[in-house]
Amino acid sequence: MKKIKCALIGSGNIGTDLIYKIQRSEYLEPTWMVGIDPDSEGLRRAAEMGLKVTADGVDGLLPHVKEDDIQIAFDATSAYVHAENSRKLNALGVLMIDLTPAAIGPLCVPPVNLKALAGATMNVNMISCAGQATIPIVNAVVNVQSVDYAEIVASLASLSIGPGTRANLDEFTHTTSNAICKVGGARRGKALAIINPADPPMIMRNTIYCVTDDAPDQEKIKASVLAMISEVQKYVPGYKLVNGPVFDGNKVSVFMEVAGLGDYLPTYAGNLDIMTAAGCRTAEMFAKEILEGRMELKSMEAVV
Amino acid sequence: MSIISREGRSVLIHDMCLRDGMHAKREQISVEQMATVAKALDDAGVALLQVSHGGGLGGNSLQHGFALHSNEEYWDAVGDVITQATMSTLLIPGLGTMDELRTAYSHGVRSVHVATHCTEANTSPQHIACARELGMDTTGFLMMAHLNSPQGLAEQGKLMESYGAQTVYITDSAGYMLPEDVVSRVTALKDVLDDDTEIGFHGHNNMGMSIANSIAAIQAGATRIDGSVGGLGAGAGNTPIESFVAVCERMGLATGCDLFKLMDMAEDIIFPMMEHIVRVDRSSLTMGYAGVYSTFLLHANRIGKKYGIPSRDILVELGRKKMIGGQEDMIEDTALTMLKDRGLNVAV
Repeated sequence: MKKIKCALIGSGNIGTDLIYKIQRSEYLEPTWMVGIDPDSEGLRRAAEMGLKVTADGVDGLLPHVKEDDIQIAFDATSAYVHAENSRKLNALGVLMIDLTPAAIGPLCVPPVNLKALAGATMNVNMISCAGQATIPIVNAVVNVQSVDYAEIVASLASLSIGPGTRANLDEFTHTTSNAICKVGGARRGKALAIINPADPPMIMRNTIYCVTDDAPDQEKIKASVLAMISEVQKYVPGYKLVNGPVFDGNKVSVFMEVAGLGDYLPTYAGNLDIMTAAGCRTAEMFAKEILEGRMELKSMEAVV
Repeated sequence: MSIISREGRSVLIHDMCLRDGMHAKREQISVEQMATVAKALDDAGVALLQVSHGGGLGGNSLQHGFALHSNEEYWDAVGDVITQATMSTLLIPGLGTMDELRTAYSHGVRSVHVATHCTEANTSPQHIACARELGMDTTGFLMMAHLNSPQGLAEQGKLMESYGAQTVYITDSAGYMLPEDVVSRVTALKDVLDDDTEIGFHGHNNMGMSIANSIAAIQAGATRIDGSVGGLGAGAGNTPIESFVAVCERMGLATGCDLFKLMDMAEDIIFPMMEHIVRVDRSSLTMGYAGVYSTFLLHANRIGKKYGIPSRDILVELGRKKMIGGQEDMIEDTALTMLKDRGLNVAV
């Protein structure tokens, strides 16, 4: 079956892990990897795995977009350079899956709103690893009853956090907090991140607190949370409930853990997997739309 | 060039009552109490006082508790009563943001501790640069410093200096260190930092070592010490300033502070404010002994009571799992897992 050819921009942890995820896809094929450091581990691996590579940034890819029929690009660089990358590639009719916290396109958490985005945009933002790990749970509670405030705490293993994320912590906070409301459906949202250097590395942990307007319907919330967990497990098998839901007045607490598949980084880096798996799942939906003739990518002169 | 006057001071004391002390008060200090404490500190000659939610900027949360008032209200109340002192705050990247730092500046805050875990300094370059751009007295604050080696800590401090930090702090968040641990870390920092970069020490008294550790830090070359009057702070509290100043006077170290005024303040203002006596007790001593983040104290006591597990057991387990500052959610999670492991039903 024909597959949609993809470029991966950014040769760090996320970009490199994406190669593995995309290679397994029925609808996607990794064709190019773009970096800025010719000696980077990511570019070396990509070349070994049969991808074309450039260390000249996005400008090194642009001349090859048409001849290699690149239709989808994943941007795993940083919030600061994403807008420019997106503008250049959208102009050539390439759909962007944004894995930085830049958030210039609509926000996407696959089990919550992926279907609603079909055909609607040339740039989709994947929020953040913590957003992917927690917003499904917020939404599961919101599906039962209204939530005034949701707060999420993500604990991440230091070894899994690359320089891009470290330089984007404020953007992480803003983008994730905003998405808790926009996608999760809570009226107000807040996101906290902790980077823990414990050795052996700790597995990614997430705590989700929701404050409901009225007394929580405990049975319905439990059922809704469990159903949502199975939806996420379809693309992240290591997404697991550790404790809860715990009910304390109107506060609902859910304690989650995310183990990765161990493609690029070991399984503790569930944060990496939930981000790349969500990005891949989102791209697959668009790829299917394109392959089945429901969506046509058009060149865009400029993106506001 | 520092914005804080060092005249008549060989040690710069930085009071934590109105920030670290918020932890000991479950974030429930009123603006009136803030103003009273700040006025007394200002009058006693304390040059720097930290004011905010216990978690600093962005601290108001379910994770860390909601304060009685916003940070802005606290800063305005304190700003109105201080005459010589400089107001500071705390910014932990991942919790607080640069937008909040700019807001702090607009409310009169002129000094900041930019804090990271002792191995994660490279999450702070933007925030330290932002503080410097604002013209703030800027400190890089390496928390849980016992979890990094002297050389490792020196590398992290050097990074913070390279981002623009004018002072680098060794922060004994767990009150775990002994004087020799402090000396080796101050010495390692001194070896790598520029001559005009200051070194500071922030202690907790969980093992009863805060004054000895602070003195050891000064003797090894530190010039700034965090403490709080009456020791009002997380765990067994911070280095009690009144005792520390008395020791400094005996040693001939100028602090610029009025000892008797500080003693009176501890007795007449701070102790009456305490909900529990901040001291080396079973839980806080456990934290010092096991190397657990001091802020976990009241949370662990509350969760222990809720689930019928001794808080000491929870704290030891948190230490074993190497939980760090900010992971307060893991206290309840750990208690629930311990209940399951003990074969007990979780009744909530």
